[in-house]
Amino acid sequence: MESKKIILEAQNIEKYFYDPVKFQVLKKISFKAYQGEFLTLIGKSGSGKSTLLYCLSTMDTDYSGKIIIDGKTITGLKSNALANLRNSSIGFVFQFHYLLPEFSCLKNVMLPALKLKKYSYKEVEQKAYDSLKLLDLKDQALKPASKLSGGQQQRVSIARALINQPKIIMCDEPTGNLDSKNTNIVFDIFKQLAHDNNQTIIAVTHDNDFAQKSDRTIELADGEIISQGI
Amino acid sequence: MKNTNLDIALTHLITRKKQTMVAALGVLIGVGIYLFMNSLGNGFSSFTRSEIFKVSPQISIFKDDDISSPLLNSDNPKTKYIITNPQIISHSNTLLNPLKLLDNIKKEPYITNAIIQVDFNAFYNKGSSQIKGFGCGVDMIAFSDMFNTQKYMVAGELSNLPKSLNGIIIGSGIANKLSLSLGENLVVSSSYGITKTLKIVGIFTTGNKNTDDNKCYVNIATAQQFSKQNETYVSTIYANTNNPDKSIFYAKKLEELMPYKVEDWTITYSDILAGDRARFIMMRAISFSILFVASFGIYNILSSTIMQKINDIAILKAIGFTGNDVVKIFVMEGLLMGFIGICGGILFGSILIYIMQHVYVGEPVGYFPVYFELATFVQSIILGFIVTLCAGYFPAKKAADVDPVSIFRK
Ligand SMILES: Nc1ncnc2c1ncn2[C@@H]1O[C@H](COP(=O)(O)OP(=O)(O)OP(=O)(O)O)[C@@H](O)[C@H]1O
Ligand SMILES: [Mg+2]
Repeated sequence: MESKKIILEAQNIEKYFYDPVKFQVLKKISFKAYQGEFLTLIGKSGSGKSTLLYCLSTMDTDYSGKIIIDGKTITGLKSNALANLRNSSIGFVFQFHYLLPEFSCLKNVMLPALKLKKYSYKEVEQKAYDSLKLLDLKDQALKPASKLSGGQQQRVSIARALINQPKIIMCDEPTGNLDSKNTNIVFDIFKQLAHDNNQTIIAVTHDNDFAQKSDRTIELADGEIISQGI
Repeated sequence: MKNTNLDIALTHLITRKKQTMVAALGVLIGVGIYLFMNSLGNGFSSFTRSEIFKVSPQISIFKDDDISSPLLNSDNPKTKYIITNPQIISHSNTLLNPLKLLDNIKKEPYITNAIIQVDFNAFYNKGSSQIKGFGCGVDMIAFSDMFNTQKYMVAGELSNLPKSLNGIIIGSGIANKLSLSLGENLVVSSSYGITKTLKIVGIFTTGNKNTDDNKCYVNIATAQQFSKQNETYVSTIYANTNNPDKSIFYAKKLEELMPYKVEDWTITYSDILAGDRARFIMMRAISFSILFVASFGIYNILSSTIMQKINDIAILKAIGFTGNDVVKIFVMEGLLMGFIGICGGILFGSILIYIMQHVYVGEPVGYFPVYFELATFVQSIILGFIVTLCAGYFPAKKAADVDPVSIFRK
């Protein structure tokens, strides 16, 4: 692993919440994630996994320390630059909120690519279909997202995270709503993306099985890394 | 759909048809009323103008009364005058060499029309009754070119006046009071004690009571005789310019060319025009307020859309849409609602104008003086867009500031 390219590096990330009382959620978090690595993040509920992921995903900028993505320090960048970075280089699967309910699944998946404007509408549509097919959702493509089950919605949001072929895919409990069959499908997809496409997966999970099968597991407790899994 | 932001905006509007329509309805009413009231205001203004230009030129040139200068000037700079007793000096009020002057005035490029006139105070007599009024000695054909008098003739012919040396054209008010009709003779006397018997060759009704009850037209020579003057005597020159709104400026130019008082219509009628302007400003303020209040519909509905769509906004920002994109999406929603409203409002306003045009208000106005004016339409459309743009921008700006993390945590 050590010989591989570092795609994401966290240096001494610290974060406080001040409301209702001053409280340190993240304490001196430092780790590296490599290209093509399938990384899982575990820890008890409330240990700060989601908070860390928001910082890594560039959506939360209120922390101290430094985050480097693909060789570039993103700490301190302007919000527009961060938005473009998220659009092109980071795929995100949320813990609870998934899709734009009024749009079809297909459109939901297409949105990041339409924003990126790298491919034509037709090409984007084709890619979105392919992504949905990968997650066994082709039949649902034209349904409005609000008419899907929770698990289906979660899979659509995974498909959306894949569409721009980002360097990093971050997931907050991507299999939380899925049965074991679909959990396995998602696991296989992630593994394939990491090992075949050289994309990096950072997934928060409560599923120990899922974590164990991944390349490496980082464990958080009370805002500190207690094991880097190396 | 090529434009992703527009696509999102449209989807929001289509899935919330009812709110969209309510917001659009607000703008519809606002724009419609604005268009209607301003057309009405403009209509009345141009009506007032046409009433004024019926009887008055844009520019009058006459000899003003001179005030006597101080009898003795002081040598001491501290006290300006030692003896002063300003008085109106009574010279003749004739313009010198009027025909040459008229020619010079007509040569000015901005002058479209100019005539000479001899005014006198007239008394119309029949039997023992007498009416006081005023007479104008004019070249009737040129005069009609300027004031369109032909349009107001109810009996006789304008062109008969220059043909008959002792002809007179009188207002219908005079004719009624003295029960005179075409072809009859009328005894007219002037303040200089001259009395003549003139033949009525025409009667006019302008709808303006003051004019109809007082005014008569005679040939210039007749008027000069009434004023006990020779044939070079001319009291006033009237001129029209190519742009009544610039007449005040043209009047100044003319004043530099000649030693006479040059007065433009905006000064002569400053009281009427001030009233007119006040009414116009009031109408504009009221109609703008209505439009402004109506635009709050868009503001409200967009604000509530944004509250309901806060998850969507967070997701969009998470997948890489910038704050700018979010502003665009919601401003577009506002503008689209505004667009529907403006289209409807133009239609609504047009219908109101059309109906009003067929409402009879009575003489002298006739039908409501309200017209379809392109400028007013364009103004309503532009203002409608500006107002909806503002109503859309402020909620959209709020949406752009949404912090996705705080939404995802909820
Ligand atoms: N906005 C906030 N203000 C104050 N404290 C917060 C806020 N958000 C989260 N916390 C606290 O920070 C800690 C970490 O929260 P976080 O959501 O990162 O946990 P987590 O590891 O993702 O838990 P879970 O597995 O349940 O999702 C928790 O103790 C939580 O109560
Ligand atoms: Mg969490």
